[in-house]
Amino acid sequence: MFLTDKEKAMLNGEFGEAVRLSMSILVDLGRLYDASNMIPVAMVHDDSIFCVGKAQIDFAEHLVKIGGQFAVPTSSNACNIDQRRWCEQRFSRETAEQNLRLIKAHLHLGAVPTFTCTPYQAGLIPRFGQDVAWAESNATIFANSVIGARTNRYAGLLEICVSLAGVAPNFGLHKPENRRAEIVIKMDQLNDEMLSDEAIWPLLGYAVGEFAGDRVVAIEGAPAQISIDALKSFGAAAASSGAVALFHLIEVTPEAPEKEACIDKSKPPIEESISPATLREVERRLSTTQKDVDLVLLGCPHFSYQEFLQLTMLLSGRKIHSNVGMWVFTSRSVHQWLAVGGLLDGLQKAGIKVYTDGCSLTVPYHAWNVRTLMTNSAKMANYYYSDTGISIFYSGLKDCIESAITGRCIRRRKPWDK
Amino acid sequence: MGQVMKGRTVAPGLATGEALVTSQPISFCLGVDPSTGLIIDSRHELYGQSIVNKVLVFPFGKGSSGAGLVILELIRAGLSPAAIINLRTELVVATGSIIAVHFYQRTVPIMCIDEVDFFSLKNGQMVEVNADSGWVAIFGGS
Repeated sequence: MFLTDKEKAMLNGEFGEAVRLSMSILVDLGRLYDASNMIPVAMVHDDSIFCVGKAQIDFAEHLVKIGGQFAVPTSSNACNIDQRRWCEQRFSRETAEQNLRLIKAHLHLGAVPTFTCTPYQAGLIPRFGQDVAWAESNATIFANSVIGARTNRYAGLLEICVSLAGVAPNFGLHKPENRRAEIVIKMDQLNDEMLSDEAIWPLLGYAVGEFAGDRVVAIEGAPAQISIDALKSFGAAAASSGAVALFHLIEVTPEAPEKEACIDKSKPPIEESISPATLREVERRLSTTQKDVDLVLLGCPHFSYQEFLQLTMLLSGRKIHSNVGMWVFTSRSVHQWLAVGGLLDGLQKAGIKVYTDGCSLTVPYHAWNVRTLMTNSAKMANYYYSDTGISIFYSGLKDCIESAITGRCIRRRKPWDK
Repeated sequence: MGQVMKGRTVAPGLATGEALVTSQPISFCLGVDPSTGLIIDSRHELYGQSIVNKVLVFPFGKGSSGAGLVILELIRAGLSPAAIINLRTELVVATGSIIAVHFYQRTVPIMCIDEVDFFSLKNGQMVEVNADSGWVAIFGGS
């Protein structure tokens, strides 16, 4: 692996211990993945602020102690708690304090306090073709696919090593030749009515992720006017059911002006067509209940201003049922816009709680005696299907709202139903 | 010496353990409990099983990038697999192990092997993973 004189000096500790430690890890990793050299990165998205245990706190505090400073703009991911309302969310004091310690260390290193899994909807956006290190799987897939920036699926702690060093090993999706699709998925069996239903995108993403696994995938037949929020929910689902880091929507996303431009020409592509039956099967598997609903969760990934506008419109002045909660997770940036735009007041009057900073997946729902969660996120439904004893119901935003108002799981007829 | 397979080293180290084998990808983030080492994804065929000190055999990682954090935490707490064998090692799986080498001076070797060898591995076999020399050896079967 080629290293410049400066990079060798970084590895030898001439730029401080934090840079030396980071470079050692990155060079090791680069050698294992046959990286040709190191490349400068323009931005980092720091997912290591999301707390799963003590190891990452040790690591971050160690970096602070040895004088670490991020060398490039670094947005911070959603953490676990709403830093201003964790008590109300029923987090334990111990969990909150661990989180706050971790956050403090990351801010000390120079993280921008965006506290969101959707930095691209909170103002931190790379340019087309730039090399970046974005962790958090929905952010990674969005940066690669929708923006056309270049990032691998950076895992927690690796991206902060990149940010401290300002460089990343050049392999995988940093190389243009690896960004071409081996798989083409056709949507010729899905009609316009299906494709204009917002609830289809998480289902499609989920199906694509299961089929593609960790490979680059192209999708043929997506409508050109697909919204940013639909792309967000599609990507988040594909990155949770599989390990997809890059998709091309032919004639929609920037690296796929036409099919030829985004296909791997070295071998014939694997072709697959998604049928209404596949959508029905995915939707069936995402839900474990269809009875009463206790809590409706929105904002996985974090809700955008546009999604809040849509929510307000669909509510049309109605209130959430007294037996049901509706929580929406978003960034502080969007929360601020809601306050300024006058939406927050209406949402609160309807009985909706808007939380910032944290991730909807880590709230201690058992402390709320929740039995049934409903969500419009396939990512959330996928991850919540775990050892919690809580049932989950997936449907679109409209159904989430009607269910929250009536207190029953409502699933309106979908265009892909039999 | 049992059957020996050559492989590609992703993370260094030498370890022996009982194989825990799945053909399904694993999401460490929210799929494995970092405080117990148990698989908590109820849709996974290994649901409820412990990965602690096992040679964990799965095709590749999936899901959120918190996986690296979970693997490092498992290593810190002594609840990690003894070694990992993949078809292709995703970056999010490699990260935790590589950082542990530099930060905790502990190794959890990771190796990739080819498909024929991968699908010949069976639950309960004793497996030695020598990532420093680039091979995997199998002892007995069940």
